[in-house]
Amino acid sequence: MNHTATTGGGAQAALREVEHHFDYTGRKLGMWLFLFTELLLFGGLFVAYAIYRHVNFADFHTAAKDLDLVLGTVNTVILLTSSLTMALSITAMQKGNRRLAVWLVALTVLCGLAFLVIKYFEWTAKISHGIYPASPELMKLPQGEVRFFGLYYAMTGLHGLHVIIGMVLLTVMAVVIARKPFRVHSFRVEDAEEPLAGARPAIVDAGGWPLWKGGVIDENVEHLSVVVRLKPGPETIHPSDYVSLENAGLYWHLVDIIWIFLFPLFYLIT
Amino acid sequence: MEHGHGENGGHVVSYRTFVGVWLALLMLTALTVAVSGVDLKRLSVLTALAVACIKTSLVLGIFMHLKYEDRIFKVMFLVVVVTLAIFIGLTFTDTTLAR
Repeated sequence: MNHTATTGGGAQAALREVEHHFDYTGRKLGMWLFLFTELLLFGGLFVAYAIYRHVNFADFHTAAKDLDLVLGTVNTVILLTSSLTMALSITAMQKGNRRLAVWLVALTVLCGLAFLVIKYFEWTAKISHGIYPASPELMKLPQGEVRFFGLYYAMTGLHGLHVIIGMVLLTVMAVVIARKPFRVHSFRVEDAEEPLAGARPAIVDAGGWPLWKGGVIDENVEHLSVVVRLKPGPETIHPSDYVSLENAGLYWHLVDIIWIFLFPLFYLIT
Repeated sequence: MEHGHGENGGHVVSYRTFVGVWLALLMLTALTVAVSGVDLKRLSVLTALAVACIKTSLVLGIFMHLKYEDRIFKVMFLVVVVTLAIFIGLTFTDTTLAR
């Protein structure tokens, strides 16, 4: 789609052609549909949590006291901040500021990493105390606490997996955005009156002063074309340039939303 | 630029709006942590969930641009929420009525 060859008409024609083959709403709708299936996946686990908590009310309160509220709160702040940088990167792209957008996505990934590091310390602290699924230590505890920690590992584990997937997606998107020339125009130099062999191509400024000079053209060259790579700007940026980043961002925000519910249900019910 | 429209349908939300939403989210987090120290019995989980719902609507509406999307997005989201509510509700009729 980005390799739109145009002969005259320039950027406007290219833009219209891109628009013609591109369904912005459709691509976002597809992502939202996928996110809904994710919500229902976690929804099932939340139902399991609700039932077990209802049945083992006191045990859930006792078990929740074992979780580190400070680390849980710090992780909440980290994920909320990562959602902010993610959202800001979309605005930066929409304003044609690709450099800022890439930095903001990188910051988002770093926040995800910080979240996982803290989660790692939380998990290893629990495991070193003998609290992990089916551990002998855990099996001595009341059944309600066993269920609490079972759900804790299952739900934060699945959530952590989503954080990892989100980080991979965003890293790929950052690289794509950083490397991608947003529009490439190719102009064929029409058949020259004289043979090309022996000539040297050059790019000259308005005054005829050479900015760049190429090597001597030999007999094998049959035609020349000029390729122009357009950088995005507020005027030239198109939704097709950032819809993939937006969709990766939607996934990241979903991961944040899941955590918004996991945090009170596991850390705040003491 | 306040909530403007991008050239071809992408909705641009200002940096300032996003930072404002982030500050609101942080304050709600502080609130819910502070309230968790107070013993409200059964109400405490309800307040925690209420705060989580407010935070979620901020993330969904502004960060995820749902507020600025076509109606079809909102209708679909509502269908998911209703499905989940039915799911949870029916499961609870089983645990609470069966005893």
